[in-house]
This record gives sequence, C-alpha cells and structure tokens, in this order.
Amino acid sequence: MKKLLYVLFMLVPVSVLAAGGGNVHLDSADIDLDDQASLQRGAKYFANYCLNCHSAKYMRYQSMTALGLTEDQIRENLMFPGDKVGELMTIAMSTEDGEKWFGAPPPDLTLVSRLRGEDWIYTYLRSFYEDESRPFGVNNVVFPSVGMPHVLWELQGTQRAVWEETEGADGKPHKELKGLELAEPGTMSPEEYDQMARDLTTYLSWLGEPMQQERKRLGIWVLLFLVVFTAIAYLLKKEYFKDIH
Amino acid sequence: MSMLKNFVGWIDERYPLTKVWNEHLAQYYAPKNFNFWYFFGSLAMLVLVMQIITGVWLAMNYKPSATEAFASVEYIMRDVDWGWLLRYMHSTGASAFFIVVYLHMFRGLMYGSYRKPRELLWIIGVIIYVAMMATAFFGYLLPWGQMSFWGAQVIVNLFAAVPFGIGEPLSEWVRGDFVISDATLNRFFAFHFLVPFILAALVFVHIIALHKVGSNNPDGIEIKKGPKGNRWSETAPADGVPFHPYYTVKDIVGIGVFLFLFAAVIFFAPEMGGYFLEPPNFEPANPLKTPEHIAPVWYFTPFYAMLRAVPPMFGSQFPGVIVMFAAILVLFFLPWLDRSPVKSIRYKGKQSKIWLGIFAVTFIVLGWLGTQPATEMYTWFARLFTLVYFLFFFLMPIYTRMEDTKPVPERLTK
Repeated sequence: MKKLLYVLFMLVPVSVLAAGGGNVHLDSADIDLDDQASLQRGAKYFANYCLNCHSAKYMRYQSMTALGLTEDQIRENLMFPGDKVGELMTIAMSTEDGEKWFGAPPPDLTLVSRLRGEDWIYTYLRSFYEDESRPFGVNNVVFPSVGMPHVLWELQGTQRAVWEETEGADGKPHKELKGLELAEPGTMSPEEYDQMARDLTTYLSWLGEPMQQERKRLGIWVLLFLVVFTAIAYLLKKEYFKDIH
Repeated sequence: MSMLKNFVGWIDERYPLTKVWNEHLAQYYAPKNFNFWYFFGSLAMLVLVMQIITGVWLAMNYKPSATEAFASVEYIMRDVDWGWLLRYMHSTGASAFFIVVYLHMFRGLMYGSYRKPRELLWIIGVIIYVAMMATAFFGYLLPWGQMSFWGAQVIVNLFAAVPFGIGEPLSEWVRGDFVISDATLNRFFAFHFLVPFILAALVFVHIIALHKVGSNNPDGIEIKKGPKGNRWSETAPADGVPFHPYYTVKDIVGIGVFLFLFAAVIFFAPEMGGYFLEPPNFEPANPLKTPEHIAPVWYFTPFYAMLRAVPPMFGSQFPGVIVMFAAILVLFFLPWLDRSPVKSIRYKGKQSKIWLGIFAVTFIVLGWLGTQPATEMYTWFARLFTLVYFLFFFLMPIYTRMEDTKPVPERLTK
C-alpha cells in the first residue's frame, strides 16, 4: 500500500492542465526550434507584419543575434530607423489609440507562446474567416469576436466559414462550424502560407523563452552529472552500511 | 593536523563547537532502520536553503512595483546572466518544498511520529507548515501576473467574509488598499523576504526538539528505552547508529535522487504542464480583466476545494473560510486524537490502515478538485471528500482504540 500511495502522490502534478480557450480543436504547429532559417524568416515576418501594432517589449532587438543574425542585419532589416539595437522591441502606438482603433489594445506578444501555446498561435494565424458582422469583416475560429483584422489576407487570401445546421439537445436548430474553405486565393499557396504561419510560430516560441534550447542542452549534462554523483554516493552509503544489521 | 587540533581547541574554549557537533551529529544516535520515508526531512532543509539563496539573488534584480514587477521578472529571465536558472530553481523549488513536506508529514502520520513524547515536535512542524504556506502565498503575488493578482484577490477576500463588520476593514488592512495594488505588492514582498528567515529559525527549533526526544522510526519503538550499548558507546541505545557518518552519507544519496528529479523539471519542464507555472501568469496583472477560471497553485488546492465545498450560509462565505482553516487547525490536535497503544502503522489494526489510505486519497482528490471549475457534480464530490477529511481526524479516537493491534517487538526490525 505504501508503494501505491507513493505513486499516487507523485502522479498529482504530472497530468496536463488545459491551456484555456475552450474546446476548439487546435492543429499541431510541429515547430523545430533548431531550424535557424525558419526562425530568421519568422523574425522577418514578425518585424514586417506584427511589430507595428504588437510590441515585444520584454525583449531586446540585440537578442536576435542568437538566431544567427549580425547586429547590422538586425538594424537594417528588423528595426525601425532611429532605434538602437540594445533597445526593447516597443511600438509607437499608445494603448488608448489601440483601444480606439481595435476595440482592445493589441497585446504584447513577447509571452504569447507561453500564455496560449504554440498550437494555438499556429491555428489562430490560419483561422480567420469572412464575417460581415465584425468591424474589419473577419472573425477567427479560435478567438471569437477578435478585434484584429486579418493582416496576412493578401498572402493567404480570404476564407469562408462552412456551417452545418444540426438539431441541438434542446430541439432547436444549431449552427455548427464545419470548417473553413478558401474563397479567394492569395499570393501564397496554402502550403506556403502554412509554412509562414509555422515560421512565425517558431519565432514566437523562441521569443517567449529564448533560452529554452540552451536550457535543454545544459540539462542533459546536469542530469548526467547527477547520475554519476548519485551512483558514487550510493556506493559510499553501501560501504558504510555493510556492517549495520 | 595538530595545528587544526590547536585551532579547534582554541575555539572549544570559547564556543562549544565540538560539543555541538557531537550532540547533533557524531554522537546523535538515530534508529538504524530508517527507510525511504526518512529522506524528506533533510530534503526539506535542502530546499529551504536553496529557496533562500536563489530568492536573495532574484531580489537583486526584482522590482516590487506594480508597474515594473512583471517586466523585471522577464528582465531576469532574459538579460540577467543565469537569471532564468535562478528563477526556475525558485519557482520549481516552491512546488518541490511542498512535495517533500507533504511526504514528510505523511511519514509522520504513518509511523506515529506525533505521539508522546513528540507532540511538541509535531506542533512545531505544523507551525512550520503554516509559515511555509504564508511564504508561498506572499511570493506568488510577486511576478504580478494575472493569476498572481486574482489568486491574491480571492484569498484576501476571504478575510472580508469575517462577519460583525470586521471583515471589510480587515481585508483593507491586509491589502493596504481597496483592491490588490502596488501597496499590497510592496508589503507582500517585504513579508516574502522576512518569513523564510523565521521559517529557518523554526526549523532550528524543530531539530532541537527532535534531538531532545530522539528520532522515531518505522517500527515506532523507543530505542532509548531499549537495551544500551553499541559499538560506539556503552550508554547509547543498542539499536542506534551515529547520525554522522551513517545518515549523512545516506541522505546524500537521497539528495542525489531528489536533485535528479528537480533538475529534470527545471531543465525540461519548468512549467510542469501548467502546475508549477500557470499559463495565465504569463500575462501581466490586469485589475479590469477577470480570468475565466481562477485556481491557486496546486499545493493550496486541497484547501481551496474545501472552501468552495461549503455553501454560503446567511449570505456569507464565512463558514467555508472556517472549514478551510479548521482543516489546518485540526493537525495541531493530532497527537491527542490517536489513542492507539502502538505508534506505527505496521502494528496498528486494519481500520487505521484503511483510514490512512482513504485520507491520502482524499487529500489528492481534493487537490485535483481544487484545480477544476466548481461544477455542481464536482462541488458535491468536494463536499463528500471534505467530510471524509475531517472524519479521519474526528473518528480517530474511536477506531484507534477499537481495533486489534499487533504486538510490537522489543527491538527494531528491518
């Protein structure tokens, strides 16, 4: 019984807590944080499409040297002219303006990957659809009534929601979202757009915790050391206890 | 060597260095049959020291201000050399502390380590546990994320439930404001820095009390009352071994295994699936935006489940608050609730074994329920398990006296 109780105790923190956001199906982002080309493309897309409205204000431009970029490359391609490379990635838009223009200020994106998860970001970027009832004419499957316009529509094209009428448990007809279909193609093929969404997700994952790969690499050595340490400690203990009966 | 001896001699004439060393380590005789469950006391001390050291270093870069706190944590994570390691050690350490202390307390429950003459030792331990919970509660506000803010809001509002017009002013006094604010963050930081040192002092007292009465063991036999004389001393208990070197070398093995698991979390799963670092806490505190689902960190959830389980009476949540505090208070009375003629679960009867098993499961289930939204079904489950939690204690004087116990051997078994 002791063993069983011990196992039960240890199991407590292991089960996974749902990351919130209801029960919408999320597609797997399938990112590779060691793919430097993907990270660099993501950094470029982020600077071009996101960084006007969304800040990443806990991060410095300089940190992107970790993605294999030189400070000059960062300065020329990823920054607003006049900013310094050691500065935080802030934006000029004020919270008040953001609220006025979009209904809610565009959130800072430094930690969005840790708040919502990579799969959520990947799915979100690919789930905008036409909705005339919204101020910008688009809505999002994973973020209903989203305030943000579909900034990448020129690349992805526009998507239409496919609804299905079903009879709910209460006997009334229910509209259920079946999926999205491409209404008008953009300049990218669906595969190219998915890759772009993946690149952005990879970058945002890195942005959320830039040291995560270093942490795992270091962790292997720490664990190996502890195995050796514990083995020696165990032999020492055994030696001491061999005449205790 | 003689120079060192002279030096120690010089010290000993002025401070009882050798005497303290002998009394508490080299000539402190502990039962020779300590098992797996006896690792957690020393591990708890290790974690406390680690928490204090990482905490002090984190405080060097942390800013206890409502406008800067969140950003300063990210500054530590990104711009401070090894800041991420300090922070993850500290956040994982908080959960690890509770894990080892819960196992340490469960050990006490199993082997009757709270029974005479160890009542005071147990009570000091419960005080340590309360101080730990206070420290964790203060500390959880400091990152100033959404869960920090709303968790603190919920807990401080408990004080507001106190009736007779005391509640509201009391909760304002705790917060220093009408809502959780910069003033609250400042005072919580001050307390989060202070209480761990009180905790360290309490641990010292806990150990002094332990060394006065001697360690219990899985058999629940008083080795001091048994035959005398072992290989090291003629007057020491025959079943005792000197703590140093025997249990120092053994505890190092425990520390190795613990650190392996601890490092595995720090380096490979610092969020621990959202249990050690909750995702909503990666969003800065926003007093205008209530999160969909507020849950305290896992180590508080058993008590949170009990709080929510009690329905409001006379339009007040106060009964739930009383039940929650009673769940901790009842621990103080444990030494007098157990009336069994034997200490250890090894020699107690079937009923004690079943109740202890039920209690462990109850605590875990309540902990899980506390993380879940309070649906009607879950609330009824929480009520049932809250009742069982208290029955374990309240029925203890009966079932420990009624059952048949096994004879306790004269000497320690393996």
